[in-house]
Amino acid sequence: MRVTRFWSWFWIALGVLYFFLPLYATFQFSLKAQRDTLSFLAYQNVLNDPKFAETFLFSLQMAVWTILVGVVLVVPTVYWVHLRLPAVRPYMELVTLMPFVIPAVVLVFGLIRTYAPLFTWTWMGRAVLVAGYVVLSLPYMYRSVDAGLRAMDVRSLTEAAQSLGASWPTILWRIILPNLRTALLSGAFLTLAIVIGEFTLASLLAQPAFGPYLALMGQNRAYEPAALAIMSFALTWAAMGLIQWLGRGRPGGSQLSGTH
Amino acid sequence: MAFLELNNIRKEFGRFVAVEAFNLQVERGEFVSFLGPSGCGKTTTLRMIAGFELPTTGQITIDGQEMTYTRPNARNIGMVFQSYALFPNMTVAGNIGFGLKVAGKAAAEIKERVAEMLQLIGLADLGERYPYQLSGGQQQRVALARALAIRPQLLLLDEPLSALDAKIRMNLRNEIRSIQRQLGITTIYVTHDQEEALSLSDRIVVMSAGRMEQVGSPFEIYNFPQTRFVASFVGTLNIVPATVVNGARGEVQIDGQQITLAAGIDGVPNGAQVTVALRPEALSLSESGANRLVGHVENIAFLGSIVRIYIRLDETLLSLDEFNNPHLTLPAIGAATTIYFPLEAGLILP
Repeated sequence: MRVTRFWSWFWIALGVLYFFLPLYATFQFSLKAQRDTLSFLAYQNVLNDPKFAETFLFSLQMAVWTILVGVVLVVPTVYWVHLRLPAVRPYMELVTLMPFVIPAVVLVFGLIRTYAPLFTWTWMGRAVLVAGYVVLSLPYMYRSVDAGLRAMDVRSLTEAAQSLGASWPTILWRIILPNLRTALLSGAFLTLAIVIGEFTLASLLAQPAFGPYLALMGQNRAYEPAALAIMSFALTWAAMGLIQWLGRGRPGGSQLSGTH
Repeated sequence: MAFLELNNIRKEFGRFVAVEAFNLQVERGEFVSFLGPSGCGKTTTLRMIAGFELPTTGQITIDGQEMTYTRPNARNIGMVFQSYALFPNMTVAGNIGFGLKVAGKAAAEIKERVAEMLQLIGLADLGERYPYQLSGGQQQRVALARALAIRPQLLLLDEPLSALDAKIRMNLRNEIRSIQRQLGITTIYVTHDQEEALSLSDRIVVMSAGRMEQVGSPFEIYNFPQTRFVASFVGTLNIVPATVVNGARGEVQIDGQQITLAAGIDGVPNGAQVTVALRPEALSLSESGANRLVGHVENIAFLGSIVRIYIRLDETLLSLDEFNNPHLTLPAIGAATTIYFPLEAGLILP
């Protein structure tokens, strides 16, 4: 028993060191922007750089659009597949895995070749960027929504609502979406994480996004990229915390047993 | 014209025929059960009435209106599902009021109707709870209230008690029947539980392999089964091979012992093999009835209110039910015994 407990703690300690040691080293390095003293100068430099806020807000805006388009595209499709075309599910799985197989650079050259003549309009470049991001985030959004729909009895809920007179939009808006809250939040934050740090699409489509800004900082500065890495890490954890917080107390948890 | 009419309904899934030659007329206020084993087409038929499946051929009319291809949300039919299907994101009151809200009723009217429904199902204080905070029985009551709140012209229940334990099932069964009588709503109830169907229904449709085997009152179905399937599916039955001795006089032999049936056997020559059905509760160890068979007690099983005694004649094993009581005298296992039963206890099965 004692030996088992020792090894349990040993592996936990090893895991903690593996994950947190590089983080700690990066954090400590980011504090050394001033000679012989620890300071937040690198963080101040990053925050004072107008490009930081500009690119970050741009990527945030793109992420919001990506999430909206992703939800509008994925939720009704996956819902319909669950309800009426369950045999198509393996093919859906395959299609949504394509972004893992086809590199982003291939996707972006395809987009450029197809839509280049329309890039004279600024909004078109951004629309293509969002479309590319939707494809990149598809595996995560699809899996989140799929898992959410698997967790509920989609067919019975739909039929119950139909028998009560509800139309398809009402069913989606009042029954399916509210019960997918946690799944959608999870998909949304994963999409956010991907879009915020994405480099290839934004860079090759010449968009002022946060990913290319990070790369640029990495090439030209020493301490600021480390500060940015720590900030990105903090933002990601904050997003995870937000998922937990928004998904708390979700109705539909444990079932009471009883005698009535 | 009947309130609900199903005319020559047939449903195919690819090459599989789920329901065929289904004809049924249901009167207003009637409680009809579809009874049969899994896969017999009872739920498919119910789903066609609800509009969730379209018949391959045939016609469905409700209150004189053709409904075969009407969308489910335009039929005004209340449905209760085996899995309750309560909306997890809504409170009990929200669930019950959903259909009224969809119909665009005023908030005050919805509130009043929800309170009325909560009263009806005996959960007046639980309107603000979420489904996950209720027991299975309470959830199914809410599902029933939700289906009734929209004042449907027809109520469909798809094995609503299957997920509940025995005691709750019995209580809720009685409540469903009482509410149905109170509201006078035409009801179709799907079940594979014969006891449920027998105790609840005005009429039962026994189904097998997509076809209607027999339609009748619980009394008719139980006492006068028209097919071998109905006889074996409804209740417990001894189905035994017999040889015709004198068909006109209803005389047959079981394992060489002669018995007489109330009705003659038409169209079967003497010496031919037939199948005789004997209900265990129609057989007795005490001297009663004109027929008797001699055998040995092979086993005795206590089933609560009844004691089932298995008696072997020769090749044939018969079960016999005696009501349990503290003064009941039972034969010993292995002892020779005589079974008595009246002429009308035996039925020839087609």
